[in-house]
Amino acid sequence: MSETLVPVDEALTRYDPVMGLEIHIELNTATKMFCGCPTEFGAEPNTQVCPVCLALPGALPVVNAKAIESAIRIGLALNCEIAEWCRFARKNYFYPDMPKNFQTSQYDEPIAFDGHVDVEVDGETYRIDIERAHMEEDTGKSLHVGGSTGRIHGADFSLVDYNRAGIPLIEIVTRTIEVPGDKAAAVARAYVSYVRDLIGGLGVSDVRMDQGSLRADVNLSLKPKGSTTLGTRSETKNVNSFRSVERAVRYEISRHAGILDEGGSVLQETRHFHEDTGTTSSGREKSDADDYRYFPEPDLAPVSPSREWVEELRATLPEPPAVRRARLQADWGFSDLEMRDTIGAGALQLVADTIEAGATPQAARKWWLGEMARRANEQGADLDSLGITPLQVAEIQALIDAGRINDKLARSVFDGVIAGEGTPEEVIVGRQLEVVSDDGALGEAVDRAIAGDPDAAQKIRDGKQAAAGALIGAVMKEMRGQADAGRVRELILEKLT
Amino acid sequence: MTDLTRLSAADLAAKLARKEVSSVEATQAQLDRIAAVDGDVHAFLHVDAEGALATAADVDARRAAGEGLHGLAGVPIAVKDIVATKGMPTTCGSKILDGWIPPYDATITLRIKAAGLPILGKTNMDEFAMGSSTEHSAYGPTRNPWDRDRIPGGSGGGSAAAVAAFEAALAIGTDTGGSIRQPGALTGTVGVKPTYGGISRYGLVALASSLDQAGPVTRTVLDAALLHELMGGHDPMDSTSIDAPAPLVVSAARRADVKGLKIGIVKELGGEGFQAGVSARFHEAVELLTSAGAEVVEVSLPSLEYALAAYYLVMPSEASSNLARFDAMRYGVRVPPAGADDPSAEQVMASSRDAGFGDEVKRRIIVGTYALSSGYYDAYYGSAQKVRTLLARDFAAAFEQVDVLVSPTSPTTAWQLGAKLDDPLSMYLQDVATIPANLAGIPGLSLPVGLADEDGLPVGLQFLAPQQADDRLYNAGAALEKLLEEKWGGPMLAQAPDLEVAR
Repeated sequence: MSETLVPVDEALTRYDPVMGLEIHIELNTATKMFCGCPTEFGAEPNTQVCPVCLALPGALPVVNAKAIESAIRIGLALNCEIAEWCRFARKNYFYPDMPKNFQTSQYDEPIAFDGHVDVEVDGETYRIDIERAHMEEDTGKSLHVGGSTGRIHGADFSLVDYNRAGIPLIEIVTRTIEVPGDKAAAVARAYVSYVRDLIGGLGVSDVRMDQGSLRADVNLSLKPKGSTTLGTRSETKNVNSFRSVERAVRYEISRHAGILDEGGSVLQETRHFHEDTGTTSSGREKSDADDYRYFPEPDLAPVSPSREWVEELRATLPEPPAVRRARLQADWGFSDLEMRDTIGAGALQLVADTIEAGATPQAARKWWLGEMARRANEQGADLDSLGITPLQVAEIQALIDAGRINDKLARSVFDGVIAGEGTPEEVIVGRQLEVVSDDGALGEAVDRAIAGDPDAAQKIRDGKQAAAGALIGAVMKEMRGQADAGRVRELILEKLT
Repeated sequence: MTDLTRLSAADLAAKLARKEVSSVEATQAQLDRIAAVDGDVHAFLHVDAEGALATAADVDARRAAGEGLHGLAGVPIAVKDIVATKGMPTTCGSKILDGWIPPYDATITLRIKAAGLPILGKTNMDEFAMGSSTEHSAYGPTRNPWDRDRIPGGSGGGSAAAVAAFEAALAIGTDTGGSIRQPGALTGTVGVKPTYGGISRYGLVALASSLDQAGPVTRTVLDAALLHELMGGHDPMDSTSIDAPAPLVVSAARRADVKGLKIGIVKELGGEGFQAGVSARFHEAVELLTSAGAEVVEVSLPSLEYALAAYYLVMPSEASSNLARFDAMRYGVRVPPAGADDPSAEQVMASSRDAGFGDEVKRRIIVGTYALSSGYYDAYYGSAQKVRTLLARDFAAAFEQVDVLVSPTSPTTAWQLGAKLDDPLSMYLQDVATIPANLAGIPGLSLPVGLADEDGLPVGLQFLAPQQADDRLYNAGAALEKLLEEKWGGPMLAQAPDLEVAR
């Protein structure tokens, strides 16, 4: 289907975007929401199931107390009110990966509501209002086999894995977000990144977008500038990286503008985001006729957390992100710009962890915002899904500091670690990357370099130490980069002055 | 030698404890009785002779070894086919679960097994407990042992008929709107719906989650108390199970003393619509209670007139959602749609549900789906829930004045097979006296109080008590039972016609 896409900048001259973001967080409880099955990721299909999460006749749910605790802590971290009394509800619809053919969720009585968070983009703070954070259970996973798209249409058959069925989820729903159009995409990204850091800091979820433990849905509509009437929204599902959140917003702005410019009307539908092309495609048409026949779940007793318990949980919250950021910036000695870039790149936690593992703040920032950001950009991935950990980055920096490798060799070590060749130490051995700082071997190379460039040698003898660069370069070339550049410089100066 | 099948569970338990008889002998006697009469009565959908005898032999061996055993160990029991029994078919009287063997036990099944009661088999019922006659079983109706051309009540007609026909002294039933008490009344047996949350629902295939409750089906009030005690108490697997000490029902049944007890006759449950013979036996029973020192007054429950309507919204609404899981994807009968070469999952779900569910089940799923629909919810499900609140208040006010309430259990005696099959509304009206207890979550006990003059069929009286005061039912019920048996010179079932032994 050919779609008319209007460049975002142009679109924003005529329309204002209105967004709503829904984030699903998979909790990292040891057991599922309503039964005792384990929740580990990646187990053999249908091995983490029982009568309850398979919905065998007669089986009944019981709420996981740890999930309630996590939900309350998330609600508090989002500055929400915590319900004194709330219930679960049944959301009724038929689908093979949903064993009961209803999802146990919360409807008009969420555990947490009326919160907000403040996110920063380009030095400006934007307040995002949180409508609600509610508890629900995940569905199983359908695998559509055959066909080219991996989607159900055209598949030969489908397999269902119920391991995920009943994993506890928290759904965080914002109120409508209206920010200057040129900031919309960045604000959406910053919000998801902020929530990831916030909830990661609570220790209640792995918050891995690449593994689906944090999933974002982007709802977007456009309204003509000056108008107060909301347009029809599309709901782009399961956008699986921060970068994709940004791209999904931009793509939908372009697409909606194209439709509206031609006098068409936007279809209210769910859309799938495609990581490879940065585009969305039509999913299921939604309409107000969708009727989930919600009613209070009669199999579960209401949840009524005592105020004392809520306050106890409030006391367990880590320091608020804004306070933490200010503290870290001071500790690290980052300029405002450096700090803003670090946060903007979604690298705050990675940098913090790298420093925690022994690297200096500047070294940690340099790697994550330089080399790693470049790689992430090339792959269209987020920094935390590159396959390298803060501990490994710190280890590599330590090897540089010890003079065993240099910055250039470090890039090769990163390649090796990411390729799964082992620890940084093993990669160095395996790829024979260690720098040569043995004076015997280096001395001979220095002698050859001096002999090969008498002009440069003479300049150094005349006191122009800057000329050493040419000789160092020659040595490094001969040693194929594996020389300790500092030591080479020292040797050259020793020999010539 | 005594006919072991005629003994009460308490008497059999005593004989077993004294080693006058073995559990294998008692179990074999019940199996023989089932073989002799069940071809006619059709109380059982499945009989597990081998399993029952194995449990019996095990109990006998443990008893011989001097092991401490549960008081009911070795007493055979029948289980309604809505209770999950590991390794034993559980169909709920539905084609859609034909051949399904649960891989797990309901909590009450576990408790029965732990106590060493041989499970004779699974009893017949209206499909998914939807009905008042057991005619809605996909496997054919159960017949009333008092007159085999009549229905035994429902949905638990199988459990009630099994007990009335001496095929078992103990049976388990479930009661969503009267499915234990009404068959009890129609077959001359005792049936109790405990306080909601008093007995675990884990492993009972749900009809309506907020109304369902398992309970005992027996021939004596004491037997019911013994089985109630065995099954009851908190279960962490059921979120709605009451986490508090269970009422002391057995000692209450042994007390059997109504002197000074305040009894309220529910004004709205009598008169018009109640069969003359039912009213006559009911009032005689109340007079007996008065003569034994009870203080009887009339009380009114003004919201009662809305109870039936509220029930027939709440029950189908919850049922429509509870029964959604029967989709042929993971278990149960799968029927591919005719004429579709490459059917979608949705088509298979639809055709399987069409083929697997009977008409009454479909009727209630449709009604419930409608009642929960957006735009109708407030008017139907929402209003019905408000009626429940009002009714609970009415009961609370009544129990300020009296200790227990009484009414006839059912407006009529057992009717002819097929008589109401084409008239669902008339069938629904049979539950008018039993439904209020389910809506309010309070306990109710039905016991036989005689035979109606016009047809010679059993009449039941129902006691109701406040939540968690189940013991009051057993005290009053056992007292009335004693007074009646003194009057009759023996149990009412002794007057039941002998069933022809078809061997």
